[in-house]
Amino acid sequence: MGILEVKNLSLSINGSKILNGLSVSFQEGHIHAVVGPNGAGKTTLGYTIMGLEGYRDFTGDIIYKGKSIKNLSVYERARKNITLAWQEPARFEGLTVEDFIKSSAKNKSRETVTDVLEKVGMSPGEYINRAVDKGLSGGERKRIEFASILVMEPELVILDEPDSGIDVASLNNMFKAIKFLKSNGTTVILITHSLAVLKQAEDAFLLCHGDIIQSGSIDKVSVYFKGKCIPCDHKNLPE
Amino acid sequence: MSVEELVKAANIYPEMHDKDTARLVINKDKVIDTNVVTGLTVNTVEIKDGVDINIVLKENVTIEKPVHLCFGVTHREAIQKIIMNINIGQNSIVSIFAHCIFPNAVDVKHVMDGKIKVGRGAKYSYFERHIHSEEGGITVIPKARIILEDYAKFKTEFELIKGRVGSIDIDYETTCGNHSVMEMITRISGRGDDIVNVKEAGILVGEKAKGVLTSRIALRQNARAQVYNKLVAMGDYARGHVDCQEIIQGNAVASAIPIVEVRNPKAHITHEASIGSVDSKQLQTLMARRLSETEAVELIVAGLLK
Repeated sequence: MGILEVKNLSLSINGSKILNGLSVSFQEGHIHAVVGPNGAGKTTLGYTIMGLEGYRDFTGDIIYKGKSIKNLSVYERARKNITLAWQEPARFEGLTVEDFIKSSAKNKSRETVTDVLEKVGMSPGEYINRAVDKGLSGGERKRIEFASILVMEPELVILDEPDSGIDVASLNNMFKAIKFLKSNGTTVILITHSLAVLKQAEDAFLLCHGDIIQSGSIDKVSVYFKGKCIPCDHKNLPE
Repeated sequence: MSVEELVKAANIYPEMHDKDTARLVINKDKVIDTNVVTGLTVNTVEIKDGVDINIVLKENVTIEKPVHLCFGVTHREAIQKIIMNINIGQNSIVSIFAHCIFPNAVDVKHVMDGKIKVGRGAKYSYFERHIHSEEGGITVIPKARIILEDYAKFKTEFELIKGRVGSIDIDYETTCGNHSVMEMITRISGRGDDIVNVKEAGILVGEKAKGVLTSRIALRQNARAQVYNKLVAMGDYARGHVDCQEIIQGNAVASAIPIVEVRNPKAHITHEASIGSVDSKQLQTLMARRLSETEAVELIVAGLLK
C-alpha cells in the first residue's frame, strides 16, 4: 500500500469531466512523475490531492497514510505535511522573500532561509530582502516557492511543472533540490510534460483524458509518451 | 504626556536626542521641543487649538538626516489644527518624517492644512505615520496643496496601520512642472466602523512631468473606504499611473474612483485597481504551507500595507 492512494477519482469542472475514475498509488519516499499531454488532467489531479478551492467536489477517495483526506481543507492537508508548488506561483506584494520563506519554515532563522535559497541556486544577498512581487520573474518566483517548500520539510510534495520558466543554468539546482527532498524521505510527485523532468523520477504514470493509461519505469513510459501520446482514440475518451 | 512619552510612543528616541537632527514636537497646541540645523528655518506660532508652522529650506542645501516632526495629542478629547507652510529652496534636498500620535483619543479631531512649494531641482520627501488609539474616536482631516517647480521631485507616504482609523478624510493635490516627478502613496488599515476617504490628485502640467498615485487599503469588520484618485496629464510627454488595491473582509465596503484625464495627445496615463477579498491563489499557497486562513490573511495584508 502506498503513502497516497487515489481511488476511482472522478471530477467535473463546468460540466466537463476532467478526472475519469482515476486510481493511482504513490509510494513513500519515491519520486513519481505524472506525465501526459496538455489537458490530460495532470494539474487537476495535483490540485485535487491538495484540496484546493474548486477541486473538492469529486467522487472517489484520496487515502493518505491509510486515512481518507477527502473532507480535509488545504490547511488540514498541509498540517499532515502535504504541499504543492504551483506551475505559476502567486505574487505577494510587499512580502519579502525572507518573510515568505519563513512563513513556511519550522526553523524560522535567517540561516535557514539563506540555506534553502542557496539550494535552489539563488544568492541570498541578492534576493532575501526583495518582495515576492512582479519585480521578480516567473522563474525567480518559482525557485523561491521551491525554497519555501524545502523549509517546510514536507512528507509529500506535488510539484506542478517544476521546470516552467526556469533557465537552463538553474534547472540543475532544481533537480538537485528534488533529490534533496527525496534524501529526506519526502515523496515527490512531479507533474510534467517535460522529458528532462520525467528523467528525475523513479517511475511514471501516463495520464490521458483523466485516467492513467500507462505506468511503470521511466523508459517504458517515456517511449510511450514520445511515440504515442498524441490526440488519440483510446479507451479514455471523455464522455 | 511629556516629550519623553511622546518620543517613546513614536519610537524615535535617538533622533530626538541628536543635536544634528532637526525636529519639532507639538502636543495639541503647544510647541514642546524644537531643534534646527544649518539652512533650515522653522517658525511656529501657537494659535487657538493648534500651531501655525512655517518651514523654509534655503537654496542649495542638503539636510543629511531626516527632519522629525511629532504632532501628538495626549488628551482624550481635543482639537488640534496644524497649519503648515513649507518652502524648499532650489536644488535643496530634505526628508521629513512626521509622526502623528493620538494614543488616548476618545474624541480627538486633527486637522492639517499644508501648503508646500518644492523649488526647481529640489528633492523633498514626506513620510507621515499615524499611531492612533484603539478607541476609534478620532477624526483626521489632512489637506495639502503641493506645487512642484521644474525638475523638482516629491514623494509622500501616508501610513495609518496602528490603532483604529476612526474617520479620515485625506485631500492632497500636487501640481507638477516641467520634468518634475511626483509620487503619492497611501497605506491604511481600517476596522470596526472606521471610515476612510482618500482623495489624491496629480496635475501633470509640465512637459515630461511624471506622477504615480498608489493606494493600499485593508478593511475588516464594518469599515468603509472610498478612494478617489485623479491624474490629469496636460504637458507634452507627461506620464502617469494610478494604482489602487483594496482588500476587504467581513462586512467592509470599499470603492475606488480612478479618474485619468489626458489633455495632450503626447501624454499617457494608465491605471489599475483591484478591490475584493484576499487573492485566492495567495491564500491557498500560504495555507498549503501550514498557515491557517487567519494567519495567511494577516501575512498577505501585512505585505500589502508594508
